[in-house]
Amino acid sequence: MSTNYNNLKSLIENNRELKIDKIELIHDNLILCSSIDNLILNINVLKVDSNFKFRQLIDILGIDYPQKEKRFEVVYLFLSHENNFRISLKTNIDEHEIVPTLTNIFPSANWQEREVFDMFGIKFADHPDLRRILTDYEFEGYPLRKDFPLTGYKEVRYSAEYQKVIYEPVKLAQDYRDFDFESPWKGSEYIKKAQDKANES
Amino acid sequence: MSKQKKTMNLNFGPQHPAAHGVLRLILELDGEMVERADPHIGLLHRGTEKLIEHKTYTQAIPYFDRLDYVAPMNQEHAFALAVEKLLSIEVPLRAQYIRVIFCEIGRILSHILNITTQALDVGALTPALWGFEEREKLMVFYERVSGSRLHANYFRPGGVHIDLPAGLPEDIYKFCEDFPKVIDDLETLLTDNRIFKQRNVDIGIISKQEALDHGFSGVMLRGSGVPWDLRKSNPYECYEEFNFKIPVGKNGDCYDRYLCRIEEMRESILIMIQALKKIPKGPVMTLDTKIGPPKRKDMKTSMEALINHFKLYTEGYHVTKGEVYSAVEAPKGEFGVYLVADGSNKPYRCKIKAPGFTHLQAMNYMIKGHMLADVPAILGSMDIVFGEVDR
Repeated sequence: MSTNYNNLKSLIENNRELKIDKIELIHDNLILCSSIDNLILNINVLKVDSNFKFRQLIDILGIDYPQKEKRFEVVYLFLSHENNFRISLKTNIDEHEIVPTLTNIFPSANWQEREVFDMFGIKFADHPDLRRILTDYEFEGYPLRKDFPLTGYKEVRYSAEYQKVIYEPVKLAQDYRDFDFESPWKGSEYIKKAQDKANES
Repeated sequence: MSKQKKTMNLNFGPQHPAAHGVLRLILELDGEMVERADPHIGLLHRGTEKLIEHKTYTQAIPYFDRLDYVAPMNQEHAFALAVEKLLSIEVPLRAQYIRVIFCEIGRILSHILNITTQALDVGALTPALWGFEEREKLMVFYERVSGSRLHANYFRPGGVHIDLPAGLPEDIYKFCEDFPKVIDDLETLLTDNRIFKQRNVDIGIISKQEALDHGFSGVMLRGSGVPWDLRKSNPYECYEEFNFKIPVGKNGDCYDRYLCRIEEMRESILIMIQALKKIPKGPVMTLDTKIGPPKRKDMKTSMEALINHFKLYTEGYHVTKGEVYSAVEAPKGEFGVYLVADGSNKPYRCKIKAPGFTHLQAMNYMIKGHMLADVPAILGSMDIVFGEVDR
């Protein structure tokens, strides 16, 4: 398998039309990095060129790295049925950049881009119908960003008083317990705090 | 005087029995003709991907059972394969065979449910009653091997949780011998049934090119005549050791997809019989003690084994940094997991590629110009399960 991917890697490296910034191969996963301006050009070449024929868009996903300068990664997964290859194409963007839509090239990009928008707040230029898709109708925030809390902000219940479904701020009967496995011998944060308090008094 | 066209909006679901779950489909109707369909999904969204980011790799597996809940182990399989790729570990051969057997059981579980409910949607009640009797038997196999009928949590990165209990292979073999007769019975009810054919033949036709453009996979793609099955084209596990055929449709309509599913069940039975005949003896979990837990027996006598077990089930194992995409041929199509590991004991990002999501997206395209009564037929042939669409 990996010999095939090495061939594909050299094919991509030697292709003059493609403008790829970086290319790496880990665990048979060929990852290409492209700048946002060359994205559409690269995808068109990958789709049409007879060496590649990546004619199916499998998925689009976002990844959030809050500590990086360009915060989001958008990853496109492609499949070529003819050549039996898969690749991932990556582009890095910051919070305010707008990604060009793929809906004109792959109709299946429509919902996938909506999902990325819904989960990360990444906007796609010229998307025909950029609405939220998985979250609730009046949802606020972008749940898969790393700074969004696991519990969310609002919870929903039926109120007998108002005779309708209402939204309220999340109230947890017990704090969410996030165990610190990284340094089990030093003690978790809350133990350290308790110890500090004991030392002070 | 210009004739004004009036369309009517109709809410199909979210509590419609033929919506196969919680789908809210907003239909724009011109008389009885569907002009536009706007599926509203997400009513079953549970934030699986977010939850997985906060759980260790072992704790993430049960979430996969709850995606496509009619074939739970196939989903676990994709995740297990992704983690194994990142860890670069080998799965013992016996575990691979067990996985194949249970993946095929999952395929039959899913196809029985789909075929019979598709028939139910177009007016046939009996197939559902007959089919569910068989599903019950298969779920008992699930229960005997994992302790639960649906949410198995049986495949683990590195192998499977425990070995098959005594007598189970024989009973599965017995089932494999009897089941083709049931498929025949189902076929006598449906395949040449005049009503079933009237409701499905030439409905929801999708051509090869359209299927590719819309990102279809699995039966939706094969029904349109593309011979593409990940078990053949990209053999994972030990699928290359088995002899089986890939049924391919011709017309790409609902009826062809039904026929594909029927044939796939027969092929699954063949695979299971081959696997049961050839299944080797040996361990079912990788012997790498950093990933596989120690034996219960050792834990009673060895302190190190006890510590190892405790650490594995609290902290879990750390997965080397990397990104990987692994896909399996789930009953509904290509089910994939894109896993980003950052070297800690939790996945940094776990994107689930559900086949139903892409299929449902094409609903508007497929339904255009059809009658209102064809909506359940097309929806039924897409094999939508909302657990995986909404995630």
